[in-house]
Amino acid sequence: MLLASLVDLSRLQFALTAMFHWIFVPLTIGLGFIIAIMETYYVRTGNEFWKRTTKFWMKIFAVNFAIGVATGIILEFQFGTNWSNYSWFVGDIFGAPLAIEGILAFFMETTFFAIMFFGWNKVSKKAHLLSTWLVAFGTALSALWILVANAWMQYPIGMEFNPDTARNEMVDFWAVATSPVALNKFIHTITNAYVLGSVVVIGISSWYLLQKREEEFSRRSIKIAAIFGLISLVVLIWSGDGSGYQVSQKQPMKLAAMEGLYRSSNGTPLVAFGILNPKKNVSAMVDDSIGYELEKPYIFNISIPQGLSLLANRKFDSFVPGIEDILKGGYTYTDVNGEQQVALSVEEKIVRGKSAIAALALYNKAKEAGDDEGKEIARKQLMDNFEHFGYGFIKNPQDIVPNVPLTFYAFRVMVILGGYFILLFLLTIFMERKSLIGKSRWFQYMAITSVPLVYICSQAGWIVAEVGRQPWTIQNLLPVQASVSGVSSSSVLVTIILFFVLFSVLLIAELAILFKVIKKGPGA
Amino acid sequence: MKESLLKRIWFFYYDGFRSMTLGKTLWLIVIIKLFIMFFILKLFFFKNELGVYNTNEEKSRHVIQELTK
Repeated sequence: MLLASLVDLSRLQFALTAMFHWIFVPLTIGLGFIIAIMETYYVRTGNEFWKRTTKFWMKIFAVNFAIGVATGIILEFQFGTNWSNYSWFVGDIFGAPLAIEGILAFFMETTFFAIMFFGWNKVSKKAHLLSTWLVAFGTALSALWILVANAWMQYPIGMEFNPDTARNEMVDFWAVATSPVALNKFIHTITNAYVLGSVVVIGISSWYLLQKREEEFSRRSIKIAAIFGLISLVVLIWSGDGSGYQVSQKQPMKLAAMEGLYRSSNGTPLVAFGILNPKKNVSAMVDDSIGYELEKPYIFNISIPQGLSLLANRKFDSFVPGIEDILKGGYTYTDVNGEQQVALSVEEKIVRGKSAIAALALYNKAKEAGDDEGKEIARKQLMDNFEHFGYGFIKNPQDIVPNVPLTFYAFRVMVILGGYFILLFLLTIFMERKSLIGKSRWFQYMAITSVPLVYICSQAGWIVAEVGRQPWTIQNLLPVQASVSGVSSSSVLVTIILFFVLFSVLLIAELAILFKVIKKGPGA
Repeated sequence: MKESLLKRIWFFYYDGFRSMTLGKTLWLIVIIKLFIMFFILKLFFFKNELGVYNTNEEKSRHVIQELTK
């Protein structure tokens, strides 16, 4: 019970920090690119209007960057303190990507940021523009390495477990850096940031239009943001489809939770909209007296026939396992090597995981005793079962099921809002072409309201990705309960409160400064 | 020539920082934030749990014990 509360508090603390960090990062990435486009107009046309426009959005960029910078470092503190077993187990996998990110960020921030902000009258126009573009690409590249590390946790490849050190050692950097999960995640996340930046630009510009100020500035900013946002959104949807496919192949339980899918058959439909039946859950499955079998998974749903099968396997009539199917096993699937396999039940995986853990203990006992033969036997047992290592820490099969309602609804919030932003961008381009933007107050209110919505959409995406993969910190290899350190729950609680206060103050400071800058306007 | 380049870089940053307006407030926030993070949170609340062990062998042994207990 104490461990459960420690695990939950450590997760809450990490989630709070990560979500706060993610308030700032997408705007930095998204706005960086939009600023670079605007400055390109300035350099190409020589029109001072574009310089003024670029400089204003740079101010917004600077405020957001200053408040958000280094908030991610707190996550690294938490790795060492709250998740020390995990940090050690991860080995050097995180080291390389995070070192690249750190070096890149340092050099970029000290050099090109400085030129971007200090260099307007000190370097040539083209050198300044180059710096702005390098900042735009640099922020995206910086995110790449963090996302590579995150993707490895969702799909661990390119490493070998060393039983002498209990660490995973990277044996193939390129397999880690170019894993299909990492590439999809990178494109999906970056385009999400571009969409967010675009909506923020449209929202702030619409506020000026509502105030009947800065009309030319606002209209031109809106035009660039809407076109850039729409293009980004198309790529975002394409990469979302790719991410869905990767999830289905590598994390089928996450996909089942995203869909609220308990029992499946061939030609599985995709739930476009639905309300889950709260009585249908895996706890009820264990306790038959509740009548689990009779309960339908949804109170209401609108589904696309065979949609999930198409998304998951690229075949209309294919089988997509539900939560019960995954727990019970026995269905046929194609593994990452393209070979047909029969899925093991989670109970069987738990047996194999326990065998791997026992082998790790035996290996180290044999090592201490100088028993080379014993070591080899234990090593073989460990390696034969290592892909299920994490299951050895699982007490009940149902424990591998993530929070279904949270994953299900977060996914729908993300997708529905994504659909809304397509309409917003199309409507914005149409209204701009017809010169209606300055006159339509309803559109201006809609654009302003879209700003909080795009943040909700972005956060919902991360909730799907991270809640959906629970209980794993490293998919199939290490669950959260084996990842935490032996710190006290009360100290974790204290830091959660401290973070909450610190983050709230920072957020209030950002909003206060942003509103002040926006109120002054580009003319200031 | 080398000295001149270094001087130019120095004055580039020096003039840049001196001419900041909004930037001064932002730098103040960054410095306060970094102070809180590194001198309060890291120092008092986020010690490295494996830092009590001096060698990697000891750290490995501890984690193996944790994983296999």
